Amino acid sequence: MRVELRGITKRFGSFTANDRIDLDVEPGKIHCLLGENGAGKSTLMNVMFGHLQPEEGEIVIDGETVTFANSGQAVRRGIGMVHQHFMLVPVFTVAENVVLGFEPTKSFDRLDRKKAADEIRRVSKEYGLEVNPEAVVEELPIGLQQRVEILKALSQDAELLILDEPTAVLTPQEIEALMAIMQSLAKAGKSILFITHKLKEVRAVGDVITVIRQGHVVGSVPPTTSEAELATMMVGRDVILTVNKEASSPGENVLEIRHLVVRDDRGLAAVDDVSLDVRAGEIMALAGVQGNGQTELVEALAGMRKVESGTITLRGQDVTNKTPRQMLDAGLGHIPEDRQRDGLVLTLSVADNLVLNTPRRAPFARRGTRNLGAVAANAEKQVKDFDIRTTSIRELVSSLSGGNQQKVIVARELSRPLSFLVASQPTRGLDVGSIEYVHRQMVNQRNEGMGVLIVSSELDEVLALGDRIAVMHQGRITGVVDPSTSRETIGLMMAGATAGAAHV
Amino acid sequence: MSDVAVAPARPRRRSLWSRFSAKSPVVLALLALVLGFLIGALVIIFSTSAVLDAWRGIFHSWDGLFHALNVTFNNVGAAYRDMFTGSVVDPPQFWHSLTTGKQWDYSLTPISETCTYATPLIIASIAVGIAFQTGVFNIGANGQAIMGGIAGAAAGSLVQLPAIIHIPFTLLAGVIGGLVIGAIPGLLKAYTGAHEVIVTLMLNYVIAFFLIFALLSTALQQPFQSNDISRTMHSSAQLAPLFGTASGLRVSYGVFIAAAVVIFAWWLLDRSSIGFDFRVTGANPHAARASGINARRVVVLVFLVSGGLAGLAGVVQVASTTHYIDGNFLIGNAGIGFTAITVALLGRNRPMGIVWGSLLFAALGVGGRQMQAATGIPLDLATIIQSVVVLFVASPVLVKEIFRLRSSAASGIQLATQGWGS
Repeated sequence: MRVELRGITKRFGSFTANDRIDLDVEPGKIHCLLGENGAGKSTLMNVMFGHLQPEEGEIVIDGETVTFANSGQAVRRGIGMVHQHFMLVPVFTVAENVVLGFEPTKSFDRLDRKKAADEIRRVSKEYGLEVNPEAVVEELPIGLQQRVEILKALSQDAELLILDEPTAVLTPQEIEALMAIMQSLAKAGKSILFITHKLKEVRAVGDVITVIRQGHVVGSVPPTTSEAELATMMVGRDVILTVNKEASSPGENVLEIRHLVVRDDRGLAAVDDVSLDVRAGEIMALAGVQGNGQTELVEALAGMRKVESGTITLRGQDVTNKTPRQMLDAGLGHIPEDRQRDGLVLTLSVADNLVLNTPRRAPFARRGTRNLGAVAANAEKQVKDFDIRTTSIRELVSSLSGGNQQKVIVARELSRPLSFLVASQPTRGLDVGSIEYVHRQMVNQRNEGMGVLIVSSELDEVLALGDRIAVMHQGRITGVVDPSTSRETIGLMMAGATAGAAHV
Repeated sequence: MSDVAVAPARPRRRSLWSRFSAKSPVVLALLALVLGFLIGALVIIFSTSAVLDAWRGIFHSWDGLFHALNVTFNNVGAAYRDMFTGSVVDPPQFWHSLTTGKQWDYSLTPISETCTYATPLIIASIAVGIAFQTGVFNIGANGQAIMGGIAGAAAGSLVQLPAIIHIPFTLLAGVIGGLVIGAIPGLLKAYTGAHEVIVTLMLNYVIAFFLIFALLSTALQQPFQSNDISRTMHSSAQLAPLFGTASGLRVSYGVFIAAAVVIFAWWLLDRSSIGFDFRVTGANPHAARASGINARRVVVLVFLVSGGLAGLAGVVQVASTTHYIDGNFLIGNAGIGFTAITVALLGRNRPMGIVWGSLLFAALGVGGRQMQAATGIPLDLATIIQSVVVLFVASPVLVKEIFRLRSSAASGIQLATQGWGS
């Protein structure tokens, strides 16, 4: 199926998310859509999938102009979408999930499980997507869950498959498996639109790469284009992909974690006997696919999750099971993983957010009454020092871009006396300029003798920033390695191999 | 996904309307008020037989149409005029007082009545609004107010003290009454996770029956009475009328208490450290926790403040109007604790918004009585207008659509109901 977008324009108020976008997806080809977060990729996909209606332009399928009022119509025209956040019912089986919405039934409207399972087996076999139809989805690893999403689209006779940032949650091995699937689907004649912001992936798998920036198509290029060239197209300037940093001169341990066990919300041991040291003046990067206990580990450090057993020692002081307040007072700087959930109050001003965890500290308040003058003065200073782009300190923090929201958090944490800094996914969803900025701030802290723990699922970030790299898998540290270690080795460790085994 | 979430840049050119509305949600409230009166007019038209009869005649001649319009405007106009003169001021009467210096009591009665009703309502609505801003849905202001009223009536009638001590003592008793009742859902939510909506809602019934029990007890019941009515407060405990008993104007020194509560609420929410904790918790409990705010402490504190203020509303109402509490008081439709929820919504939980909302509700109620007496249109019309206004205030998108407002005023509107989810 050939899908053409002609002059698609989508506006939100006065903001133009897509500006006259042309795109031509050919059958049997993998078409990559490359762009930074906020470039307009997801908007374009939502237009294509009928979630949003464009102001201008048309969608042409096999020479016929179509309009989709909703995603159901898009599905009926053979467009399938694999969302970044899976749209699966966790407690249902694979078969139940795949047939959800058009269930085969027996008499009295009973679900025909056998027919459903047979359907899965047929599609699985046709495209080489092995998965057990009777397995319950929540018990499957992420990679297989994604496969179920793909199966679901295929069993609805999708001819064009849109994959929205499908690699964000996968291990390197799972990414490779996904790429193989994409290639075999293309070989079977399906059109594939692969959305990502990762340069390596588009070069590995794409037939055509279309780069978009700020709602415009920058150009379509072949996969032989160099990474540096692609990066330049994406951001519109030359980007340094590595972080310039001097050799570290680590001091003594500032953070010591010993045999830590932390349970997740379901009561399972998400952090399972973890011991880790971070020294002054070094960046410890904690690598791992998301959901392997990093979140719970950081929450335990921040006093937001109960420690089951084991100890956390900060500069010689036992801080196991302290409250968030006590941890803040002990000088723990925390850049949370989900900045809009834990780091900011979106309906408060930039100024208020800059004192969010120090509202009672002098001079911001005196005897229970806030000193708004001091709060404003602090905000003016931080906005200047940390180059936060906002029209006013009284502006709601929700009106800032993601990068500037993160700068607000970074400014708040780094402007108070710290003894240690934990940063969780500090550059997720940020544009390249903000990433560079945040990275430089982390390195500066480390140069000034701070101990820094960075948790990231971006391998590039881990390799670029870490003075040492700890890899976490299923609640355990599989090893602590040097940043010169190969990506493949770290990838294997992220999948559970221990440091020694991975080297072999 | 995040691609879409980029904040739209500010539009370069705006119509006068939208410039107006984007800056102030007040405009939105005023438009909702206009819609309320328009719909109220429709109700009058369709429920008044004289108007309907006139409209049946429009096909006979042009005169018939003019007649119908005339009758319509007369009826609707009379209803709203009576509502206005009954609750704010009657211009000819006022002019008479102004020129002759006489009958001031008569001229000021409408506005005095409105303020009398608004006084406890402001306090109760602020009690509710503070809780809403903290993300806590205190549905129990009515029960807390009743308990404040009981405690106040008891303190005012059972003890003999000089006025200078007796009034503060009575008010304090009311505050403590409400505070104790507020503490129950606060503690239950903080330490057991019980949902405050259920607890406060159910406590309202408990306290309503406690009121009946207390009123029939020998301690509190009016001597030589068999029905449910309490002893009358000593004059030393009453909030006296501002212009003296002889004036006949009921508006009391309670307005100063309401004013003090407004200032306190402004300080608490906008200036105090604990109020900052309240607002952070209300807007984003996750961020509140990560910022070291003790959620339990906040929940208990906000219930103490909210309950205490609701109790104060109860005692102020008792001490400034009836001077006794009876079985009809503060129960059912008359319950200011329930009206307070609506008013807090209308005022977007802001102290000044609540003041205007309370005055509006009080005026509609007081004016509605005058209207009923003069035109025979039932008082329920006032309730309809109140409801429609709140309905429209709660759906800003609809109002914007009706008045064709382009730019988003919705960004300034926070739903007050976020407490439901927690």
